[in-house]
Amino acid sequence: MSKKLKKLSGAPKRDYFSYLLVTAAFILITALNGGGLLSKQMQGLLVPVCCYIIMALSLNLTVGIMGELSLGHAGFMSLGAFSGVVVSQSLITAVPNDALRLVISIAVGAVVAAFAGFLIGLPVLRLRGDYLAIVTLAFGEIIMDVINCLIVGHDANGLHVIFNFRGDKTVADLDLAEGGVAIIKGAQGAVGTKTISTFTAGFIIILITLFIVLNFIRSRTGRAVIAIRDNRIAAESVGVDVMKYKMIAFVISTTLAGMAGALYGLNFSMISADKFNFNTSILVLVFVVLGGLGNMLGSIIAATVLYILPEALRGLQDYRMLIYAIVLILVMLATNNPKVRNLFLRIIPKRKSAEGGTAK
Amino acid sequence: MKKYTKIIALLLCLAMAVCVFAACKKGGDDTDTTAADTDATVDGTQTAAGTFKIGLIGPLTGGAAIYGNAAKNGAQIAVDEINAKGGIQFEYKAEDDEHDPEKSVNAYNTLVDWGVQVIVGPITTKPAVAVSAEAYADRIFCLTPSASSTDVIDNKDNMFQVCFTDPNQGTASADYIAENFAGKSVAVIYKNDDAYSQGIRDTFVAEAEAKGLTVAYEGTFTDATATDFSVQVNASKSAGAEVVFLPMYYEPASVILKQAADIDYAPVFFGVDGMDGILTMEGFDASLAEGVMLLTPFSADDPDAADFVAAYQEAYNEVPNQFAADGYDAVYIIYEALQAAGCTADMSAADICEKLVAAMPTLTVDGLTGDGMTWDASGAVSKAPMAVVIKDGVYVTP
Repeated sequence: MSKKLKKLSGAPKRDYFSYLLVTAAFILITALNGGGLLSKQMQGLLVPVCCYIIMALSLNLTVGIMGELSLGHAGFMSLGAFSGVVVSQSLITAVPNDALRLVISIAVGAVVAAFAGFLIGLPVLRLRGDYLAIVTLAFGEIIMDVINCLIVGHDANGLHVIFNFRGDKTVADLDLAEGGVAIIKGAQGAVGTKTISTFTAGFIIILITLFIVLNFIRSRTGRAVIAIRDNRIAAESVGVDVMKYKMIAFVISTTLAGMAGALYGLNFSMISADKFNFNTSILVLVFVVLGGLGNMLGSIIAATVLYILPEALRGLQDYRMLIYAIVLILVMLATNNPKVRNLFLRIIPKRKSAEGGTAK
Repeated sequence: MKKYTKIIALLLCLAMAVCVFAACKKGGDDTDTTAADTDATVDGTQTAAGTFKIGLIGPLTGGAAIYGNAAKNGAQIAVDEINAKGGIQFEYKAEDDEHDPEKSVNAYNTLVDWGVQVIVGPITTKPAVAVSAEAYADRIFCLTPSASSTDVIDNKDNMFQVCFTDPNQGTASADYIAENFAGKSVAVIYKNDDAYSQGIRDTFVAEAEAKGLTVAYEGTFTDATATDFSVQVNASKSAGAEVVFLPMYYEPASVILKQAADIDYAPVFFGVDGMDGILTMEGFDASLAEGVMLLTPFSADDPDAADFVAAYQEAYNEVPNQFAADGYDAVYIIYEALQAAGCTADMSAADICEKLVAAMPTLTVDGLTGDGMTWDASGAVSKAPMAVVIKDGVYVTP
């Protein structure tokens, strides 16, 4: 018992290490950027990397901690992105301060994604088996088609929304007053967004995400979720409300995905619904799996490395995707091979104790 | 044993590093294709007198790769021809964007790091919209061969197009049909999750209404449903449509043609520039395309294009499509514009941009995709659309 307690009390050390590493990386990159040492290519990658890190952390909560599979996480990102863009573009005159508008947009994106997560969780989390994977997969596809049908504009009279169900409506049907702008043009996506996302904002959201996720795992609720993952029947027998705790974890996860989406959507002047397709969901899942299920720091590192890798390999032209695939396979083999793992543990002996501390 | 594993690991790491660098070298050779450029890099002077760095952004891998590669190859031929002439020289580099706006911005940033002075591209619409905002802020001149949406050029003085805008194509198609098939009922089948298809459909329907054409049926499809059109084809047949307008790329169009033939439905099929390429599509019975009409700026059978087609076939073993011609024209337009504006290679990208923006509206260029191309300050091209009909497997002017 005392041994176990010791392990638990040792765990936050690893949390502090995660915060420290992220902060150090942020300071280093900001310093490099301030000194003009960062290429434009790298500068352009900063915000997307932040978005994918948040997505990976968010999905890791569902997959690693809750033990359920979500195959449509990009759908929640999409909801966050488009609602964030609509809010930001509508408030341009009302809230001229970029930073404040970004915060409002991200908050709205998070709420919208949380609500969608709640609606989906309501029926699905009651079931046993792979239903969450099936339903989120469908959700990702449906939300793409729904946004393709959405035409949204803003003028002095407020927000105009048309749901282009039969495919015969255009931006002209919005009846925008003089000076109004179309924000989402159906299949053409959200065009002409004023980009207000910054690396600093991305860093702050990563810290918030890390704080929420890591503390959640250590909390009473988080332990209940882990107990359900490890043995549902045993957890139920001691009176853990399975539905309630799973719902809390899943809604937190989708909220974070919504925040990542809003940050992403406001980083590009053009986003379209088909960006958030099945491939993007799987990409994030790859980050989570290669980083290690339940291992938050691993997710951060995997997302960063695997996102930057194909861009850094641009010099190889046609071979770069080939190399990327080989790297994926090698990482997978290396992290799952007991011999290689032992080798790593021998080289970094400190990790041994840390490894024992995480719930596996 | 412990020591051995470490040594082996080290060796493996070294081997990997060597592989990577070897591949790097090879990749480098692939990209630096121009003779003038290799000389320049040997001397260590990046831009020799009169050597401009032009970059192309397009989908070289992924679903839209045919378009990106065609434009890349077409542009390469133009670059080689211009470099052989002497005078202004081009150093040319193509970056892949996988038809993804996010990757396209990354590709753009990579080109800026490389020191690009003028950009050809992006080839496809959504990436072009994303990059245009960046290029506008950075003041880099872009000439897109084939991104046809008005969103690409709207409110951005540095963006110019070689192709028609989507509204122009829709309007021109409706005008042509109203003139040549007056009084016949029209059906439209379009892809409603695609900016290109939706954009053309919107202006087509608006213009058709203005010209008194009746649109008897409108069918939609998406990426996911682009393999079966029996519902749409049967519906246009039962609606009695005699002209079917297909504003889409050629893959879905080929399925529609096949399924219409299966139910003995033979209206006049009318396509736009995306239909170009249907005759060379693998696994498609070209006889099904007999009688199909399309608006296209380029035909490989045009005698004016014979030299280009021959050069393209020799280099890449295939008949160039319209995207290749657009890429070729884009490089020549930049060549003419640089001369007209009196730019020199030691100017910054922003200075070149200002000069080219001023020079473009004064320019008239005869290219493969149209004679007497001119531009207004908005960036849209003005050239005569050409309607062709497919007869015996070739494009014929009706």
